[in-house]
Amino acid sequence: MNKVKDHLLQGILWISAILTIVILVTIIGFIFLKGYKLMNISFIFGDYSPTGGGGIWPMIITTIYTIMISLVIATPIGVFAAVYLQEYAKQGRLVRMIRFATESLTGIPSIIYGLFGAVFFVATLNFGMSIISASLTLTIIILPVVIRTTEEALKTVPQSYREGSLALGTTKLQTLLKVILPSAVPGILSGIILSMGRIIGESAAIFLTAGTVAALPEGIFSSARTLTVHSYLVTQEAGDIELASAIGIVLIVIIFVLNLTATYISNKLNKAD
Amino acid sequence: MKTAVQLPKNNSFQPQNNKNAKISVHNFNLFYGEKQALFDISLDINEKEITALIGPSGCGKSTFLRSINRMNDLIDNVKVSGEIFIDNENIYRSNDVIKLRTKVGMVFQKPNLFPMSIYDNVAYGPRMHGIKNKKVLNHIVEESLRGAAIWDEVKDRLKSSALGLSGGQQQRVCIARAIAMKPEVILMDEPTSALDPISTLKVEELLSQMKENYTIVIVTHNMQQAARVSDRTAFFLNGEVIEYDTTDTIFSVPKDKRTEEYITGRFG
Repeated sequence: MNKVKDHLLQGILWISAILTIVILVTIIGFIFLKGYKLMNISFIFGDYSPTGGGGIWPMIITTIYTIMISLVIATPIGVFAAVYLQEYAKQGRLVRMIRFATESLTGIPSIIYGLFGAVFFVATLNFGMSIISASLTLTIIILPVVIRTTEEALKTVPQSYREGSLALGTTKLQTLLKVILPSAVPGILSGIILSMGRIIGESAAIFLTAGTVAALPEGIFSSARTLTVHSYLVTQEAGDIELASAIGIVLIVIIFVLNLTATYISNKLNKAD
Repeated sequence: MKTAVQLPKNNSFQPQNNKNAKISVHNFNLFYGEKQALFDISLDINEKEITALIGPSGCGKSTFLRSINRMNDLIDNVKVSGEIFIDNENIYRSNDVIKLRTKVGMVFQKPNLFPMSIYDNVAYGPRMHGIKNKKVLNHIVEESLRGAAIWDEVKDRLKSSALGLSGGQQQRVCIARAIAMKPEVILMDEPTSALDPISTLKVEELLSQMKENYTIVIVTHNMQQAARVSDRTAFFLNGEVIEYDTTDTIFSVPKDKRTEEYITGRFG
């Protein structure tokens, strides 16, 4: 009887695993089949043309802009906040409240952040519909992710490292910079990768803060269109599944390259292991 | 009588205070929040001797050891009263824990090398204290590794990860890392409890050599070890020092019945 149960459980586990892979492969396969015909140099590096047949270069640039700006702002703030919460703050009610708040923030639908960004950055601060408004909104969206993952990464650094370092008569800051943070880098990087995924996948919040201008941005105060927003618009307005799929391929490749880079950096930094 | 163990020490050169102990503890109490962990500890630890702290688990010997370099400061809600003097300086009066921990090194129960190369581990302390000159660092690293009797085993792989060494080797590199700061006192918290018998023996041999240059306080679970390596032994029970005397006295003619019961293995 137990043996039957065992087999049954194994079967369920196996089916779940296979199902996951099959779904993933199907989606990627579908996108590739639908979109690969459009793939060529002029599609990727060409300018957008409203009459069709143009490229997606402006959207690629806009996407990279938003990723860069929001990571550059969110990473230091998030890492510092996590270091404070984990290493410096006296563990108590206040810290628990801050943790609860960051956890709740990760669960809020991004359209809410988008509305906030539209009211605050676009209107109140008068940044207008622009890359900077979108990036700042995205910064707020990914901040809790960066804080949480950095905190988890810091938690995994053994207490014995801290003790070993402090026992040598080093300061808390030296211990933090030379021992704790380097050991936490792989975890922090995975948080950053997660955040990049979140940024690339975001459409609603960007739609409301950066607008939809499909031209190469002149600067961070230009209104612009990211790949995801573009993908949404071509599907919604023109019903062009082929084009949307081609954009999908580019997005998948970008994420893949970013992941590889992050892994490479993390391995480089951990060479001593 | 074997009190002779001590005689040559008193005659040998002692630069600053030959009438005073290196570490002097007076009525020291320690509380974790409401719970008292150490009761009225008073004892003197002599310079360039090995002092062993023995006693059953939870008796406060590690807590006491960690009071000597104020590692207990890392724990929230720890309160202390009483005094610990090192070279006649009250370490709880001054707030310079950096200076204290430079003078009082520590080796932990489990080897806790950082995920860096062997060289970087040993050079870590000196570097953090501002030594940048490569030649000076090279010299300190070699001297410290020699001092920890591990130089010959690692000299060809100084740049490879310290975590690739065996447990026993790692523990000796930990000792080298502590020596690199040129401390005067070295605290050891059950340094061989995670090691195999051969590595343990090597560390014990090393301790006997190190005694010429350092004042060593060692917490151990292993009574044979205390008997083998130490000059003086303090027996802790429930946060109190029950008996403190030369190791020979403690192990041959203990005065307190509880000490006798513990060393003969009747409890603990």
